[in-house]
Amino acid sequence: MSIKFNDTQMAEFKRLVDRYPQEYQKSALIPALHLAQESFGGWLSSETMDYVAELLSIKPIEVYEVATFYSMFNLKPVGKYLFEVCHTGPCMVSGSDNIVQYIQEKLSIKPGETTADGLFTLKTVECLGACGYAPMMQLGKHYREHLTKEKVDAIVEECRKNAAINN
Amino acid sequence: MGVKLLLENAHIEGIRFYETYRKHGGYRSVEKAIKTMSTDEVVEEVKKSGLRGRGGAGFPAGMKWSFIAKPEGVPRHLVCNADESEPGTFKDRYLMEFLPHLLIEGLIVSSFALGSHDTYIYIRGEYAWIVDILEQAITEAKNNGWLGKNILGSGFDCEIHVQRGAGAYICGEETALIESLEGKRGNPRIKPPFPAVKGLWGRPTVVNNVETLAAVVPIINMGGEEYAKIGVGRSTGTKLISACGNLRKPGVYEIDMTISVEDFIYSDEYCGGIANGKKLKACIPGGSSVPILPANLLLNTAKGEKRIMNYEGLSDGGFATGSMLGSGGFIVLDEDQCVVKNTLTLARFYRHESCGQCSPCREGTGWMEKILHNIEHGKGKMSDIDLLWDIQSKIEGNTICPLGDAAAWPIAAAIRHFRDEFEWHVLNPEESQKRNYGLAHYADKIHVPVTA
Repeated sequence: MSIKFNDTQMAEFKRLVDRYPQEYQKSALIPALHLAQESFGGWLSSETMDYVAELLSIKPIEVYEVATFYSMFNLKPVGKYLFEVCHTGPCMVSGSDNIVQYIQEKLSIKPGETTADGLFTLKTVECLGACGYAPMMQLGKHYREHLTKEKVDAIVEECRKNAAINN
Repeated sequence: MGVKLLLENAHIEGIRFYETYRKHGGYRSVEKAIKTMSTDEVVEEVKKSGLRGRGGAGFPAGMKWSFIAKPEGVPRHLVCNADESEPGTFKDRYLMEFLPHLLIEGLIVSSFALGSHDTYIYIRGEYAWIVDILEQAITEAKNNGWLGKNILGSGFDCEIHVQRGAGAYICGEETALIESLEGKRGNPRIKPPFPAVKGLWGRPTVVNNVETLAAVVPIINMGGEEYAKIGVGRSTGTKLISACGNLRKPGVYEIDMTISVEDFIYSDEYCGGIANGKKLKACIPGGSSVPILPANLLLNTAKGEKRIMNYEGLSDGGFATGSMLGSGGFIVLDEDQCVVKNTLTLARFYRHESCGQCSPCREGTGWMEKILHNIEHGKGKMSDIDLLWDIQSKIEGNTICPLGDAAAWPIAAAIRHFRDEFEWHVLNPEESQKRNYGLAHYADKIHVPVTA
């Protein structure tokens, strides 16, 4: 994959940068990394990070130190569908352990691993602010809440279908 | 029914969109403030209202505003803290998702009062879909003349921008948030200088929580004095409580801070009692950082009086027998929950979220998680409990930002009130893997000594 924003992505990048005073365009770094991660395969390779550094006229190290600090930036490739299941206190008391366990068994992967077909990655994450609707996970841009085994089955099925359509 | 100032219209279909919001009285506070009040008068109303920061610290908002420096020729900024990351807290999400225009309206009035021409909403990165909701509301407001150049012909210009974070609890701390907004790691700054003097890009900055800024709308509409009449003492106005855990009806509730904790948990107007007919064992009433209380001390103070759901009520008794209102993240544990395990997940959370700048927090949070992991998994020693106490006491007060305290308090309170449950785990390593300690004596009536 060549690391270069297409015209639409570049227009979005310009919109992000324009929100800050001219001399402080580094402020756009985190939004720009989100855009880069979405645009280039769901993770940040060093090539991607260097590209963002160049666009913002900052040193690559300034990008690396930020990318390694924030938990939403993936520094390794992840599956097409990333299941981020919350396991902090309020989700734990509402049964998140069972959900994590069930996904592990269903997909035969442990937290941090990706299925052999490259479709699913399982990750346990800390509180996502959905405590009243627990157990829950983040999938892409949205939250999936009040999870049960049946709901997990349906989500996995939905992902497999979407993947088949997009192939 | 209690008074509702923020969520009054939350049930109206289409209230998320401009036309409906406006039809129900939206943006009146902007008209009132910009057309009939000076900036100082707006600040004065907020001071009179007694509004306290709704993010967790409870610092008077009007006073915070009055600290902003006004050096000649230097732009000032208002930053809205929408980083909501305190476990148990999901009230700002509710406001932004269902009443985005209420926040935008509050932001315009507040930006006017503070002289902020570029105002930023810093929202936690995971709330990705809410960014779209807010940006749409901003566009609608702008298309209708509430944002942009020369608002209502007043000569006041204002733009609101939404910036996403990327997963870091620490960015809810205002100086870490500012660092993050500048495109850096979220390492809190040493204060002073405070943001009011040197904040975003070295400019005077006020950082306020979403709910605080939304509350500015009713304050301007009804006047600060009227607002202050709601509630009791220094707990004025209404507060959003996000209730979760083992409740029949978890969710976001607006309370007027005069009801008792017992009514909040058990009445049908609010949480409807404990789920599945279980008994209440413990509760963390103000977000994961505040002290956990056993059922008996939660419902009644040490003096045997009913505990009230407000700043003073929840902190009655100090940390010895009380807790804090904090962010309003109300986490309920039923009789089947294990306090050791719950404390372990919180210790893991703080270890994960420590930014690593200060060694007591960076090292201490890791040690605490490790020790709790051992106790929870039947490998603990009696001396570990004292060791935990010792570590937490050496983190508290010894770090740049309050994350250190936030990590120490839950552990201190768990040992203070549930020491026998920790000891049971140590003494019964095998049994503790198979069953929970249960309700034990945690809901028993408190003995109130009678003094002559």
